Amino acid sequence: MTPDAVVTTAIAQHADRPGGLLPLLHEIQDRLGYVPPESVVPIAKAMRLSRAEVYGVIGFYHHFRQTPPGRHVVRICLAEACQSMGSRQLLEHARKSTGVDLHETTADGALSLEPVYCLGNCACSPAVLVDNELVGRVDAQRLDAIVEQCRRAV
Amino acid sequence: MRTRVFVARDSCALSVGAQAVAEAIVAEAARRGAPVELVRTGSRGLLWLEPLVEVETPDGRAAYGPVRVQDVGALFDGDFLRGGRHALGHGLTERIPYLARQERRTFARVGVIDPLSLDDYLGHGGYLGLRRALALEPAAAVQTLVDSGLRGRGGAAFPTGIKWKTVLGEGSPTKYVVCNADEGDSGTFSDRMIMEGDPFVLIEGMTIAAITVGAQQGYVYVRSEYPHAEATLVQAIERARGAGYLGSDVAGSGKRFDMEVRRGAGAYICGEETSLLESLEGKRGMVRFRPPLPAVQGLFGKPTVLNNVISFATVPTIFADGAQAYRDYGMGRSRGTLPFQLAGNIRHGGLVEKAFGLTLRELLYEFGGGSASGRPIRAVQVGGPLGAYVAASQFDTPLDYEAFAAMGAMIGHGGIVAFDDRADLAQMARFAMEFCAIESCGKCTPCRIGSTRGVEVIDRILARQDPQANVALLRDLCDTMTAGSLCALGGMAPFPVLSVLNHFPEDFGLEPASALKSA
Repeated sequence: MTPDAVVTTAIAQHADRPGGLLPLLHEIQDRLGYVPPESVVPIAKAMRLSRAEVYGVIGFYHHFRQTPPGRHVVRICLAEACQSMGSRQLLEHARKSTGVDLHETTADGALSLEPVYCLGNCACSPAVLVDNELVGRVDAQRLDAIVEQCRRAV
Repeated sequence: MRTRVFVARDSCALSVGAQAVAEAIVAEAARRGAPVELVRTGSRGLLWLEPLVEVETPDGRAAYGPVRVQDVGALFDGDFLRGGRHALGHGLTERIPYLARQERRTFARVGVIDPLSLDDYLGHGGYLGLRRALALEPAAAVQTLVDSGLRGRGGAAFPTGIKWKTVLGEGSPTKYVVCNADEGDSGTFSDRMIMEGDPFVLIEGMTIAAITVGAQQGYVYVRSEYPHAEATLVQAIERARGAGYLGSDVAGSGKRFDMEVRRGAGAYICGEETSLLESLEGKRGMVRFRPPLPAVQGLFGKPTVLNNVISFATVPTIFADGAQAYRDYGMGRSRGTLPFQLAGNIRHGGLVEKAFGLTLRELLYEFGGGSASGRPIRAVQVGGPLGAYVAASQFDTPLDYEAFAAMGAMIGHGGIVAFDDRADLAQMARFAMEFCAIESCGKCTPCRIGSTRGVEVIDRILARQDPQANVALLRDLCDTMTAGSLCALGGMAPFPVLSVLNHFPEDFGLEPASALKSA
């Protein structure tokens, strides 16, 4: 499906649901990896909202992206429980091994590095979410393996 | 006969390799011609033992863990299918002291049943609570909940029965039941474990709420960080609907109730109830002024029962066994049990459901076994990122809502995060302000601006710039945030900061006395 078709379909599915804007945006991002800026006008029109209102919702939530992510998104938990088990050091290691900082994507497009505040895996800290896969007890070696896997996978 | 082997499908178990272990067991059983039936369950909550493998024996389930793929062959060699001895063996699961010493009411089925099997649920007392509730007049049902003493398990500890009573008393023909499953507090995972390990109990609890107050539509707001919980819940709702427990004729009662799952989008503030409602309405998660309370004007302006996952999941046992049976647990005004979550730098992390009244020390050492690093536990943060850092001198305080409030701390959602003696608590205090700045909805000034100023003032103290004056300024700022913020985010972010100033001033480079003088 083209991005336009994804947006049109998502609008048809969700625009009339009560409080349908978040499900609509999720639908688009689940399929495209981000919410394209061009989708704001058709969404606003269909939901009888202003562009500012739609844009405001996209911008409010950390989960929604307005630019395409890398092929994989690696989210490192930086909340307290993971910090108590060294997630700050793990983040430092990730910065070095990927060459990018938080909210950035590697030059080869393999992965985007994002922070996350709690994955609910606080007894197996530090925790990392790779796309939708949760990984616990992550040390530097495990993280390197994750990065390597992201680089190899298409 | 096939031997039943149990491996969790809980995301914590999966995060440390449970899927590969489950597949290895099936493959090895096939290779050896051993008849095995693999059952995927929720997690028992003995999380340091995950991936935990259990085997059904005539005496009960025998536990092995943590099992790696390369251990599977040796387990078969050790005849684990008949509960044989092995280095990874822990004997019968239910006799493991960590589990045997718990009082599992809300979590009675988690780790035991197949979470998506309605038959399993019904076979373990499921929907008994709904049957009892359907036999009661709404006022009597509300009274049952009031009598149980249940208070909101999301953290605010407001009496659940009173909330329901308010919604019941509203005349509106349209009402909603909303479940707050935006479990954003670090160190907490009990909501997730219920949704992944016993989703029908949440559905049943929400159904009881709906038929009691006269609501016909429910929503579960699940955070986007919990993809497994969302998927499990969506399937469970479909199955409950297919079996007539949701829909136009709930369990043959003639009453209509249906529900759906809505996904959050990574905003901590949406765990605050009015912000959650805004988000459910498809808007920015901006906190609302109160009054009106959500019970009067909630979702789409209609009266709404809005409770946490654990509150709803506790309702069925209260109706099934009676208010008194639940009320008999606990101390003071903290009745019943709380699923505590041991997290962070702790040797035996996991879920401990116990009656209120035990101490942090019992949880940290008798259950938790001390720190994971083997070093002394220096501080624990109780109740999430807005909770105080509690010092060892306070570890004997009983876990009771009022006792914790009296020392400027809170139990909240029951998350307990341990830190060893290498922790830099001034950095954690700084993080509390930084987190508040990242997650502030921006509606009120004390939270939006105060949190950023808080980070700056802490940085000045840490850089030794006029520390006395800046400590006074930080305390003043904390006072403004506490008294002037619209909701608990700005109002309570000062708690961890002040607790570090008061109990660990040396981490700020201060003499203990200088910080305490102005306390």
